[in-house]
Amino acid sequence: MNEFLRSLTPSQQVAALFLTIFGLLVAISTTAFLLTFREARNAHDEAWHAELKNFRKLLRTSWFMVVVFWIAWAAGETVATVLFALIAFFALREFITLSPTRRGDHRSLVLAFFVVLPIQFWLVATERFDLFTVFIPVYVFLAVPVASALAGDTQRFLERNAKLQWGIMVCIYGMSHVPALLLLDFRNYDGKGAFLVFFLVFVVQTCMIVQHVLTRRLKRPPSAPAVSKSFNWYSWGLGMAVGSVVGGVLSFITPFRFLQALVMAFVACAAGSMGHLVMKALKRDRGVTAWGQRGMSVTGANGLLDRVDALCFAAPIFFHSARWYFGA
Amino acid sequence: MIPAMLAKLMSLFLLGLVRVLTGAQARWYGCPPKAEQRIYFANHQSHADLVMIWAALPEELRSITRPVAARDYWTKSPFKQWITTAVFNAVYVDRARTGEQDPLEPLAEALEHGDSIIIFPEGTRGNAEEPQPFKAGLYNLALKFPNVVLVPAWIDNIQRVMPKGEVVPVPILCSVTFGTPIQLSPEEDRRVFLDRARQAVVALREV
Repeated sequence: MNEFLRSLTPSQQVAALFLTIFGLLVAISTTAFLLTFREARNAHDEAWHAELKNFRKLLRTSWFMVVVFWIAWAAGETVATVLFALIAFFALREFITLSPTRRGDHRSLVLAFFVVLPIQFWLVATERFDLFTVFIPVYVFLAVPVASALAGDTQRFLERNAKLQWGIMVCIYGMSHVPALLLLDFRNYDGKGAFLVFFLVFVVQTCMIVQHVLTRRLKRPPSAPAVSKSFNWYSWGLGMAVGSVVGGVLSFITPFRFLQALVMAFVACAAGSMGHLVMKALKRDRGVTAWGQRGMSVTGANGLLDRVDALCFAAPIFFHSARWYFGA
Repeated sequence: MIPAMLAKLMSLFLLGLVRVLTGAQARWYGCPPKAEQRIYFANHQSHADLVMIWAALPEELRSITRPVAARDYWTKSPFKQWITTAVFNAVYVDRARTGEQDPLEPLAEALEHGDSIIIFPEGTRGNAEEPQPFKAGLYNLALKFPNVVLVPAWIDNIQRVMPKGEVVPVPILCSVTFGTPIQLSPEEDRRVFLDRARQAVVALREV
């Protein structure tokens, strides 16, 4: 089996990976669908069905993500970059909707959506990684307040700018590092960037899911109750451990050795789960529990940001540490 | 043939644009989207309100619903005039009352033809959080056409997409909430009815 996989070309290997994932998803979805036919006889069964419904919703998200990644890989790097640019666009749209802006912010918003976002993703597509990593934190962060100041509205100036810059940071800067991973050059690793993206998404998702499940089972008191009713250090630690070990086990699809992969997975999980917590605090500040419809449905947001926030935090840190340590 | 195709293309383009920028989500709370004769009345904060509520309606209703457009603004350039007549199939009204003509005349005409209409009873765009007091037009139409269903609608967020005086719109999610229809009870005072209608619109903000 191993011999056979090694004999395949990189793109055949990636195709095999997608085939495996799609196969797994089909099997799980079919099982979940068949389980919905089970009759609910008592209150316990009702709860079980509610849980199943929740799980099927999660499955739908997974399908969506996998299909997005598959299209991104199959259609080539340019389409992948455009696809992630679109995701960043819609995520930022959700973010801005829930951060009240004033009239004076209009020009800065135009700048963020129609200038900064395209330039950042163009920098990814053309692999100008030196400029790409500093463009937003250096140039844009100094340019956006200028646009706001010129609008002449000083009310809550710092707060408004902070919100906008934070939105740009999370939605544009973070998201743009996902396609950038596809373009990193490691030695003997040509054409396998998709594995790296898969590695990142898989370990972060594993960490988050383990954490989520453990929190439900263990019912520990939350560590930061004002921010999140579920977050506690105990299940976080276990989630991190599982995520890192899974990363280590997956080292064969990455350019890293076992220990390196373990550490990289640890870094990515820490960034992702902590980022998720930060986004929760942001949502609480805005008075909603989710960016999507459960909260302030009047905005019509569909909760895209809820799904990608961990990735937005993990991707830049993962990208940077990979480049810095491995010189890719 | 070709003008009709152009109008169709333009409407598809506008729909796509509005959806990408705002989501154009319709939320039917008090009534289903139904092909009966209706007067939709909504708050008015931006010229884009017209486009927004047009885009939020389902395709089947869009063709039988005519939005009201302010004549002075929407006939300023040939392009604006073309877009309001060919694409939105709008009814023009004069905001400034001129001489003998009843400003409601074109609206009554559209209703007599069996079309539904979208009106903004504030008359002008408001800048405040709360809509301004409603003008009498809604009352007069309700009196004249007792069988037409009056549906309140709240357009949320649109003023952030394109504030007065700006040219480039910004992507921000917006929605249109449609509420429970109201009726003009017999003997009801004009002011009382208009305030009640305004309350019905404002109440949808919190749904």
